[in-house]
Amino acid sequence: MITGKGTKIVNGVAIGKIHIYKLPVYEINEGEASDPEAELERFESARLKVQAQQHALYEKALVEAGEESAGIFEAHELMLDDDDIIDACKEIMEDDQHTAEYAVREGFDSVAQMFREMDDPYFQARSADIIDLKNAMLDVLLGFDTDSLQGTEPSILIAEDLAPSETVRLDKSLILGIVTREGSSNSHTAILARSMNIPTVIQCKDISDDWDGKDAILDGYNGLIYINPTPERRAALTAVHEEDLRKEALLKEMKGLASETKDGRKVKLYANIGGPEDISAVKDNDAEGVGLFRSEFVYLNSAEDPSEEAQFEAYKKVLEALSPRLIIIRTCDIGADKTIDYMQLDKEENPALGYRAIRICLTRKDFFKRQLRALLRASAYGNLGVMFPMITSLSEVRNCKAIFEECKEELRIAGTKIGHVELGIMIETPAAALCADELAEEVDFFSIGTNDLTQYTCAIDRQNAKLEPFSDTHHPAVLKLIQMTIDAGHRHNVWVGICGELGADPTLTETFLRMGIDELSVNAKSILPLRKAIREMDLSK
Amino acid sequence: MKEFKYVITDEVGIHARPAGLLVKAVKATGSTVMICKGEKSAKATSLTKLMGLGVVKGDEVTVQVEGPDEEAAAATLEEFFKANF
Repeated sequence: MITGKGTKIVNGVAIGKIHIYKLPVYEINEGEASDPEAELERFESARLKVQAQQHALYEKALVEAGEESAGIFEAHELMLDDDDIIDACKEIMEDDQHTAEYAVREGFDSVAQMFREMDDPYFQARSADIIDLKNAMLDVLLGFDTDSLQGTEPSILIAEDLAPSETVRLDKSLILGIVTREGSSNSHTAILARSMNIPTVIQCKDISDDWDGKDAILDGYNGLIYINPTPERRAALTAVHEEDLRKEALLKEMKGLASETKDGRKVKLYANIGGPEDISAVKDNDAEGVGLFRSEFVYLNSAEDPSEEAQFEAYKKVLEALSPRLIIIRTCDIGADKTIDYMQLDKEENPALGYRAIRICLTRKDFFKRQLRALLRASAYGNLGVMFPMITSLSEVRNCKAIFEECKEELRIAGTKIGHVELGIMIETPAAALCADELAEEVDFFSIGTNDLTQYTCAIDRQNAKLEPFSDTHHPAVLKLIQMTIDAGHRHNVWVGICGELGADPTLTETFLRMGIDELSVNAKSILPLRKAIREMDLSK
Repeated sequence: MKEFKYVITDEVGIHARPAGLLVKAVKATGSTVMICKGEKSAKATSLTKLMGLGVVKGDEVTVQVEGPDEEAAAATLEEFFKANF
């Protein structure tokens, strides 16, 4: 097995044979042309033909890659109308008596050179567009049929570099993946490969002509290509590939559809996330919002108490990227099984019932206010919900809200822009579930944390494997508390969701819908399978 | 001659596609139009020269319009800049 390494551009796995894609070597007559008039005519007819080709590519890219990517070819059409380029070529034919192909090579190369010498990377990358047009002109003038270069079987395409027009012109049904030696992540080729979702690796300096026709696997996730892969490698990547295909099929089927039963009962399917790195998972799995953003990551990933500014940036990033989805951020839930050095928390006999979450926040007010101020500032950049964990009493909720209001007032006086924020609490203690009617008066939503609710209701430590035989994740007492919480919420116009692991348990989805749950927040991977299950349900039966 | 200044707010500046549209818009006005950035200037009917200015976000350009109907042409172009750059 040989391994080649490059820069990953598009994720995914491609399995197949290698096909080396080589551009023709243009043989250009350097001498004088016998009939300059005829050369001018050849140039003009090639120019119009290439322009028509670019227009056809525009139409093709519009369908395959979307309007933004297709714009490249619209620009190409315009470049071919450019007087500077045309005049430069004409001059070479008229004054220097050269052939049309010679004029094209010289004229286009000098424009490409100008772009290459510019400072800005965007403009530098445009030289590739000019070279692309030059090659298209030469293909027409010299009668090359570039389509025949692609081979006839689906394969992993290997090339020195690919021009945008090649990337679009290539028959996608024959391309499993793309590896190039050159290219930049800024190039149109990279942009097109991304929008067409073909696994792609660029800047792979290891590629070699003798790979042609060999068995290979392209691992776009890691920017690697394996030639003659070992059986173990093959098995591992085949599994990844099959999972991708399954997901893709489901996505195609379920993306954009409502999470709604056959009899019209809608439920919101949100994602649980841990930080800004999960933004793409939310989008890829078509989550309708984020039901639980665990803010612990900003504390756990930091050597010291994170500043208001650092927190603000992290929250803002997620809110902006996922706007207009509702993003519910849970305030710091440190303690119990999640401890941090700089917090200097004492060791406890019984940490699950100890000094944790809101209990820390309400006694370390400055620490809490830093997070609330960061959240309020971020609220200007999207649709934010804030929820408080580990609530057991009405006074705790009122205290949290009082501090929240205090922060709001401070920011208002300072003239800081803030948006509307929905306020909610976690229902994860039996006390909160039993007092849900009173608590509902204070908030906009409830989110049921089934993991802790089960541990506290059944008095079973969820970290202790010995207790497995005694544990019942569907314990009727827990389900009763969930029903009480939903009913209490609805009596007070408060919507109710589940963000614990039970929310993703497909054997309970119908039960929860019948109970009246409004939202399920689950790991991103569970969203589309759940949506599919919900769409097949009929609660009227 | 009529002129106006404009600060580019578009992320990538005067890039290929809108530059092409600008050329079309300029030709439609029938005026002679120069785009200047610092010491450099380019005729706005040349796509490559325009892009050759390398105008990026934050740059200030001066647009000079000359022709029989330069008032109206300048107004049209100012709108165009606001909409595209």
